[in-house]
This record gives sequence, C-alpha cells and structure tokens, in this order.
Amino acid sequence: MGKLNLDPQVVAKARRLAERAAEPVIEMARTHTTVSVERAQLRLAGLSGADADGRPWVNHLVDAVRDQVGLEHGVALPVWDALRRESYADLSALAQAAALGAVTFRLPSGDDAAAATAHARAAAREGITRIDRRRAERDQLLTEVGDPPKPWVYLIVATGDIYEDIPQAQAAAREGADVVAVIRSTGQSLLDFVPEGATREGYAGTYATQENFRLMRAALDDVSKELGRYVRLTNYASGLCMPEIATLAGLERLDMMLNDCMYGIIFRDINPRRTFIDQRFSRQVHARAGIVINTGEDNYLTTADAVDAAHTVVVSQLLNERFGREAGLADSQLGLGHAFEINPALPDSFRLELAHAQLVRELFPDAPLKYMPPTKHMTGNVFAGYLLDAFFNLAGVMTGQSIILIGMMTEGIHTPWLSDRDLALENVRYVRDACGALAEDFVPRPDGFVVQRAEQVLSESVDLLERICDDTLLQAIADGTFGVTRRPADGGKGLDGVVERADGYVGPALDILETEDPHAGHRPQTPAGSVQR
Amino acid sequence: MIQRETTTGVPEATDLPSIIRPYGDTTGDAMVQLSFTLPVPAGKRAELAALGLARQMGLDPASVVHAKAMGPHFTFFIVYGKVNHLIDYAGIEVPEGREYPLLPAKEIELAIRTVLNRRLVVVGACIGTDAHTVGIDAILNVKGFAGEKGLEYHREIQVVNMGAQVTVEELLERAKAENADAVLVSQVVTQKNAHIHNTKQMAAAFHAAYPTAVGPGMGRPLLIAGGPRFDTVTETELGVDRIFGKGTTPGEVASYLVHALLPSWTPQEES
Repeated sequence: MGKLNLDPQVVAKARRLAERAAEPVIEMARTHTTVSVERAQLRLAGLSGADADGRPWVNHLVDAVRDQVGLEHGVALPVWDALRRESYADLSALAQAAALGAVTFRLPSGDDAAAATAHARAAAREGITRIDRRRAERDQLLTEVGDPPKPWVYLIVATGDIYEDIPQAQAAAREGADVVAVIRSTGQSLLDFVPEGATREGYAGTYATQENFRLMRAALDDVSKELGRYVRLTNYASGLCMPEIATLAGLERLDMMLNDCMYGIIFRDINPRRTFIDQRFSRQVHARAGIVINTGEDNYLTTADAVDAAHTVVVSQLLNERFGREAGLADSQLGLGHAFEINPALPDSFRLELAHAQLVRELFPDAPLKYMPPTKHMTGNVFAGYLLDAFFNLAGVMTGQSIILIGMMTEGIHTPWLSDRDLALENVRYVRDACGALAEDFVPRPDGFVVQRAEQVLSESVDLLERICDDTLLQAIADGTFGVTRRPADGGKGLDGVVERADGYVGPALDILETEDPHAGHRPQTPAGSVQR
Repeated sequence: MIQRETTTGVPEATDLPSIIRPYGDTTGDAMVQLSFTLPVPAGKRAELAALGLARQMGLDPASVVHAKAMGPHFTFFIVYGKVNHLIDYAGIEVPEGREYPLLPAKEIELAIRTVLNRRLVVVGACIGTDAHTVGIDAILNVKGFAGEKGLEYHREIQVVNMGAQVTVEELLERAKAENADAVLVSQVVTQKNAHIHNTKQMAAAFHAAYPTAVGPGMGRPLLIAGGPRFDTVTETELGVDRIFGKGTTPGEVASYLVHALLPSWTPQEES
C-alpha cells in the first residue's frame, strides 16, 4: 500500500469531515422509526405470511397499531400487550384478527408494559439467534467447502422466474462465478411491502421474497459443495422495505446485499429521511448477519461524467463507510462501489481509470471493493466492447480490486446470452492469469500523471465534504450534488412512514442490535483487499 | 468496382454498383461471419450441425473456425462462409432523413420567444413499473447527453421531470396542471413488451382526456415516446406523435419541439 503517497493528514481530514457530515443524519436515524423498521422487527420475532391478496401480515399488524395508537412508541408494546391480554396463539393469529379490525390495541403502562416488553424481547432474541446461527453456518461452509480467492467474479441472473434463475445461477457458478446476484424486479423498490412466496413473474428481474432467498441459497449450497468453493448470493436491501429485506437476508443466509446510503434517494426518488432511518437498521442487521454490503457509487457515473464527478464517488464512499461503521459493519463488510465509466474517446482515459481505482484501493485498504464494468460507453460494436471490458479487467487486477462484476460485450443490447457470459469469463480469466500478481509491479511514478490525478480527486473530495458540512448532507442531496439529481428532504416516496420516537419507545430487536457487539463470538474474517491468487 | 470517394467522403451515386454482395477482402467474395450457440455437447457432430445451419442460411461453402464447449450441454461457434445472396442496391430507396433541421441552442430559444412569447412547458416521466430514468434524465436534466445540455438548460423551456414509476393518471394530472406543451415518456424496460403497453395506455389516456383536440399543440400536448426498443412499432400504432430511439440527443428533441409545436418558425440555418 501507499503507492500514491497520499497525504495521511488529508485522508484523516476527509474521514473527519465525512463523520461530521453524517452525524446529524445518524442522530435523526437514532431518534426515528419507520413502518418498515417496525415490520422488520415483527419479522425477526417470527411473523411471516400474507393474506389471500398477498398483503403481508406484518403490514396488517403495523397498520392496525398505527391507526389505533400510533407508532411513536414502536409496535412492540401494543402488540405483545394485546397478545398477553387476548391470548392469541401467536403473532400470526393476532395479525389476522387485527386485519379484520377485531383487536383493540393500547399503550400499556406499569407492570403491563414491563411484561409486554419482556415478551417482545424474548421474541426478538429468538430472531437474532436465528441470524447468528445462519452466520455460523456460513463460516462453517467457508471452512468445509472453501473460500475462493479474490478478486471474486460477480455474475448476474435476471429471468423473473425463480425456477429459471436457479439453473442459470448454478450454470453461472459452474462457469466460474464466485458471487451470483439475482437482479430484482424493477418495480420492487417502490413497493411498501415484501411479496410472499416463490415468484415466477417479474419485470427485468425476480422479486426478492423470503422463499426465493431460501430456494436460491439452497441451490447454491448444492453447487458450492459440487465445485468445492462457497458461491455467495447477493440481493438488494434497498427501496421502501430495506429493513425487512435485510432481515430476510439475514434469516436466509444471503452473503451480500446491495445497500447504498443514497441510491434510493437519488435514483428511485425515495424520501431521504425514510432512506437514512431504514438504512441504519438494515446495516445493523447486515453487521450482525456477517453480510457484506455493496454500495452503489457506480450509478452516479451513469448520469454524471466519470471524470468531472470522480470526487462525488469518493465522497459517497466515505459517507457509506461512516454510516456503515456507525451501524456496526466491519471494514471487511464494506463492499464500496466504483466503476470504469470514463469515455474511452478521452485521451489518457485508462490512466485516469487507474488513478481513480488505485485511489479508492488505498483509501479503503481493508474494504472488499466492488468494481463495476463499463456500461455508459458500451455500444453496438461488441468487438470494441470486448476490448473495453478487457481493459476494465486489467485495471481491476492492477489495482487489486476485490469483487469484479463481469462486463458483457452486449451490454446495452440485450440481457446476456449464454455465449456472452462465457466470452466475458474467458476475458477475465485471460487477464487474471496473464497478469498474475502484476499489482505488485504497478507502482505509479512519483508525481506522475496517476499520482497527481489521485491527489486532485482526493482534494476535490475534501472540498466537497467541507461544503456538505456547511450546508448539511440533506441540503447537498436536495441541491443535486450526487448523480446530478435534486432530491429535497421532504420530497419523494415514503415520508408518511417516518415517525419520531417518543420517550419510552420500545424496539426490542433494535435494542439488541444497538447494545451488543455484532461480531462477538464470530471468528475473524480474512483481511480483504489484497489479490490472493 | 472500387468505390471512389468524393471530397466530402460520400461516394458518388453514379459510382455505386447496382448489385452488391458482402465484402471480405475481394470484391464479390460474399464472405460473412456469424456466431451462435447450439444446445448440444461439443464435438464432430455438433460442428456438422453448425455447418448444417450455415448452409440453410445460405452460406456455401462455410467453415467452422471456432467451436467451444460451454458446459456439458452447449457449444459456441464462429463460422465464416460465402453467401449466395445478391442485393439490388439500386432498388433500395434512400430513406428519408430527419424531417426537421437540427437547430442550435440559441435559435431554439429565439424561436420559442418569438413565436410562443412564453416558456415552452415539457413534462417528462418514466411510466409504469419502469424505474430507469437514464433516458429521460439524459434528455431533460441540465447534464444532458453526448456533450449536449438537456432541455432544462434552455431558459425558454420549463421542464418538469417527474422521475420514475409514474402512473399514467399522475402524468396526465400533472400535464394538465402545468399546461404542458409536450409530454415525454421514457421506456427502457421491455420485458413482456411493457414499453409498448405502457406507451399505448398513456397515449389513449391523453387522447381521451383531450377529446376536442385538433392535433399536437392544438388542444392537447405533443406526445413523445423515447426508448431503445421502439423500432418495431410506428407512431400510429402507439398513438404518439413521435418516437425517439437509442442515441437521441437533447438537441434533436428540442429541435423537434420547435418543428412540431412552432410550425410558423422558419429555421434560419441548417446543420
């Protein structure tokens, strides 16, 4: 490390500024809850399933409590109070009765409140224990089956039908994928509920449901054992149900989740407050579950220019790091994203890419960085696209990236064909094998182009962070600082699901996540980042 | 015949042969390349199957230059061959170019100021479940696309970008509230022809909401659909006034707005 000779004081300053910029937002997240945070806690307590129309019982129950007593105190007190008083068999029976309007909720006090809290805590503990068990199971499989060397090859499947996804994912694993991502149906981020069961129809992707998670993880466990390497599964903890999907991922042993601090705000027009509150809970769950998050900085470069906006990527990474660490994520769980999106017609475009990629590598030495292939400048010229993907792979190997999403030469034409995927893997295999440990030999000339460019991006990042600290992060987002899209703090979808917590708020799962070390009793992970071949 | 090029780089029409065949490295060699996958295990039999396909496609002789197993059940082929087809180039009519001139930014603003004497209002959205705002943002946001600034950049154009996953009802309501001169919808997701269904639904709703309209800009907004996969349908089939495909720049859209909504404007220069 230290090829760029970055000034440690500037780096420390950048981190301090990111911390300062994040603080008011974290404080807001600590003092608010959302409908989805409450539903996630019910899911952790074991409530699942949906009515005949597909509306989940967690939605019924949270809505009923909200209508009758409000959510400021959390759903746990009214729910477990009702369970005790009216002797329903379980949460599911209570939710079904509540859906019919047959339950009267109240905010208990005194001994009733203490009893309700105790029961709620016990239920939350069971849920957290289930997540702990799934994490231990992953550790055991990594030992028994084997953990593939980095960089991990990341491939996508997206058929819309979980039963088509399964053989495709298994085929992708056999072809060399270390990480399989199941792209989510395009409308799901704006659904304020999580669909139920195995699904066979989606738009440009497959719905994230607990059953789909379970089916895919089981299928990848089979193929992992066959191949002698643990194949990781990725989905999306984003959108209006981010906390619930994070919880389901923890319960079904997903390994990575796309979970960016600002993606939903900027690209899906989800309310900024809702996003940050939901995100903190989801990251606390990910920390506990040993899930690696993947952040979405690559997306900024699909709307903004990859050279002009390079520093916004770094700023977002620093913010993602801060929000992540505060929520308990270890550095080895921070799959910070970036991308190879500079216009190839630009002179020195590859040198610029190397500068950006090396800068990110050195700023976040222990993070399993996720490097995204070119998309914006991929054209119908598949031959030129194949070359560009090779240069992307080369930059990835030279700068020691950890997770490499495999670029398809038919990007922008169609969803990858079998042959596209095979050729893409041939491309990355060639580059990986031909380069070997080339990263060792890649030492940019002191004060040369690469070093100076990295320095410039870092200094622009510090400037921007200073402005954000002055204006506040929410204002910067409203001004269109990231991805050139303006998102006011009170705009967007889902603000009506945000509630300020009252004194005496009870969130039993939140309490556990907040007060316990998420990594206690877990074996230390191997350090990420270095290219291990 | 070897093509001579004029100084402008465009071959002179008189020099073009009337009957043509593909060109590998010799005039008339009729060589083409193609690649495809067959759902059979690699081997001699698979190669014969690939040659069989090539022959049925009119490649004769054909040769398999590359065959690679992709897992146990599939083989990928690259095939070169000579086609036996002739193309009557003289019989192909030159397709019409853009029906309107590309105007510089200044002229667009001048046209709106002169003819409309108020700001031209554009409402844009990704409708249906489509969450991909890349296309609509490239056209509307200041940032623009391909080095051109988006419509927001023009002082004379008021842009309302409603973003992703907007319902037809929301779009219609907003278009009415803003007195939109033009409505742009972007459709990127094409699974199960969602882009076609959504756009048709949008157009039908607008036509129903403005029953007395004479045409675009005359009683109803101009309806524009954009997306990479509209090449199989016509404007009439969708019920819109104009379809824009992949690679459309904001300048093309702005110039079209002037052409379609301000027909009395006489373009000052063509580019």
